[in-house]
Amino acid sequence: MTTTPEPSSPATPLVGRVQTEGSGVEVFDRDHLLSMRGIAKSFGAVHALQRVDLDIPAGQVTALIGDNGAGKSTLIKTISGIWAPSAGHIYWKGKEVHIHTPRAATDLGIATVYQDLALCDNLDIVQNMYLGMEETRFGLLDEIKMELATLKTLSDLSVSTVKSVRQLVGSLSGGQRQAVAVARAVMRDSELVILDEPTAALGVSQTAQVLQLIRTLASKGIAVLVISHNLNDVFSVADRIAVMHLGTLVSHGPISNYDTTSAVEWITTGESSRHPTASASVQ
Amino acid sequence: MSTPPTEVDSLDVPDAHAQSTTNVLAQLRRIWQGDSGLLPILIGLAALVIFFDVRSSVFLSAENLTNLFVQSTIFILLGMAEIWLLLLGDIDLSLGYATGLGGATAVILVSSNYRWPWYLALSLALVVTTAFSALSGFIVIRFRLPSFIVTLAMFLGLEGVLLYVINAQGTGGSVSVQEKVLYNLVNGNLTPLATWIFVVVVVALLALIMIRADSTRRSSGLGGRPFWITISKIVTLGVAGLLLILVFSANRSSFAHVVGMPFAIPIDLFVLAAGTFILTKTKAGRYIYAIGGNTEAARRAGVNVNKYRLMAFMLSGFTAGIAGLLYVSRLNGISTGIEGGTYVLYAVAAAVIGGASLYGGRGKMIHAVLGGLVIGTIDNGMSLLNMNAATQYIATALVLLAAVIVDSLARRGNTNTR
Repeated sequence: MTTTPEPSSPATPLVGRVQTEGSGVEVFDRDHLLSMRGIAKSFGAVHALQRVDLDIPAGQVTALIGDNGAGKSTLIKTISGIWAPSAGHIYWKGKEVHIHTPRAATDLGIATVYQDLALCDNLDIVQNMYLGMEETRFGLLDEIKMELATLKTLSDLSVSTVKSVRQLVGSLSGGQRQAVAVARAVMRDSELVILDEPTAALGVSQTAQVLQLIRTLASKGIAVLVISHNLNDVFSVADRIAVMHLGTLVSHGPISNYDTTSAVEWITTGESSRHPTASASVQ
Repeated sequence: MSTPPTEVDSLDVPDAHAQSTTNVLAQLRRIWQGDSGLLPILIGLAALVIFFDVRSSVFLSAENLTNLFVQSTIFILLGMAEIWLLLLGDIDLSLGYATGLGGATAVILVSSNYRWPWYLALSLALVVTTAFSALSGFIVIRFRLPSFIVTLAMFLGLEGVLLYVINAQGTGGSVSVQEKVLYNLVNGNLTPLATWIFVVVVVALLALIMIRADSTRRSSGLGGRPFWITISKIVTLGVAGLLLILVFSANRSSFAHVVGMPFAIPIDLFVLAAGTFILTKTKAGRYIYAIGGNTEAARRAGVNVNKYRLMAFMLSGFTAGIAGLLYVSRLNGISTGIEGGTYVLYAVAAAVIGGASLYGGRGKMIHAVLGGLVIGTIDNGMSLLNMNAATQYIATALVLLAAVIVDSLARRGNTNTR
């Protein structure tokens, strides 16, 4: 990472410090689609997540950043129902929910696109988009209906690079595959789309396509939570940033509160003094 | 962020009016390379037919062609049985003996030892093979074992069971077919008129389905494949049907007047149609492909993977049971000498030669039909040329090797384009 000259404004964002949960009534903004309060997850003696408070607003892109092992994946797996948190509460549109299975997450409207995309290379785009929720007519697959809906979803998302929706997914480029996976999430009426490293394996132009797709999602009022290692991508696409460090959420707020330097500091040390400490201090 | 209209248009399949010569060439290339492409295997089959026709004057006679179709039936049906599992990326090595088990069940139950009515005996035979494959499938799924190993054990076990059951009849290691319906499955014929009607109805039905599918696509504004492809497909079908009628209308015996289509062919076609229907029109079929392509993706999409794997095993067993009935009908009985090992290899070979993939997720029922015909043609033609068994095995082996190499190359081609 390059070190840029310090901006004149104070580096530590005002909203940066996580307030640990009050034991009384939870106070949070009802406008937030998803709110987490005091989320913790332990695997035996390992505390993978400790008292995470995070709000995800609709129509905005929230970037979840942090070093390897900081707890990003653990956090999204908690939201997407892979496992239940050890402690804490999750609120969906202001109501407390318990997301214990992936199915429960899907039913709420939370779609997670993992890095491996979970697509079947031997099926075409339409078949992949509808896998597990095929439209039927008299008990038989209604290909026409599915194809029309697929065309509509893709054009709504301004995905224009695929030649035919009857192409096998195995013949698509990495960016197109990502687009199909995202479109699939959107077609299931998801209100929160979680993307795990969507640009990790992509070239420059494909990355640009996917970033544009992410903006399109947000412009449709969908909340997007993106995990990324690439700060360039984060700063070009995100509205908000949330930084994880050693299992805690150390800082979060609007993107304007951060620059590359402070983001790197938050990621590596868990705090943003402008003088890098010799070793990351555990809180 | 808004989309220029031209970009949306590019989503549409180019319509029939806009095609040029390059488009036609591209179409041809797609047919050649496409994963459903039947052209290579059809050309290969035609080459074999021409070769044997040049070398042997009787190869294209009505008698021999009928014989060829009946000979190929067992390969075709076993190939279709195996495709259910190949699609999942699984394999069943015991299918050859499962077939034997089905045949033996039917033969023994209608024999003078038991004298069951034919419909009960035949139904029970199918139930037995289905249940047997379900057991294999259950063990594979429940204990998360490779189907290769489980069905290898089943292969050996079934061979033993068959020997025991057949010897227990006290008829000297073989039981012959003593019932008319079972005998007629292969040896009976449709009348020439019924042959005509059957072929015409089948061709008309297929033409209707294709035209309807095309017009529904068009009326939904989806565009479709160029009309000339549909027309040429229908014409090809019509010509093939006409040739079949010609073959089966000619007298093929020097002693008596024997004409008409053997029952084996409608049975093959029925199994083909049913299998194709399940694979292409139902959720179950879609899920079988999905599991074969990416099991984890199917699971995450909410597909009950174990349920559909078990179902594929049972469909495979059921199809193998039908193959067993035709097997005993053709050989007029069953003996302890049944070569279940050879048959299962031919079954896999038929499917793979036809175009199904050993890696799972790619293949159609029609592939087993074409692959079975290739094996049947080699088998039949080489016998006519008085080539010995050694040469036949080697020739089939070479064809199979060629087929798996093509399969592997196609697979690599698929991933390279990413």
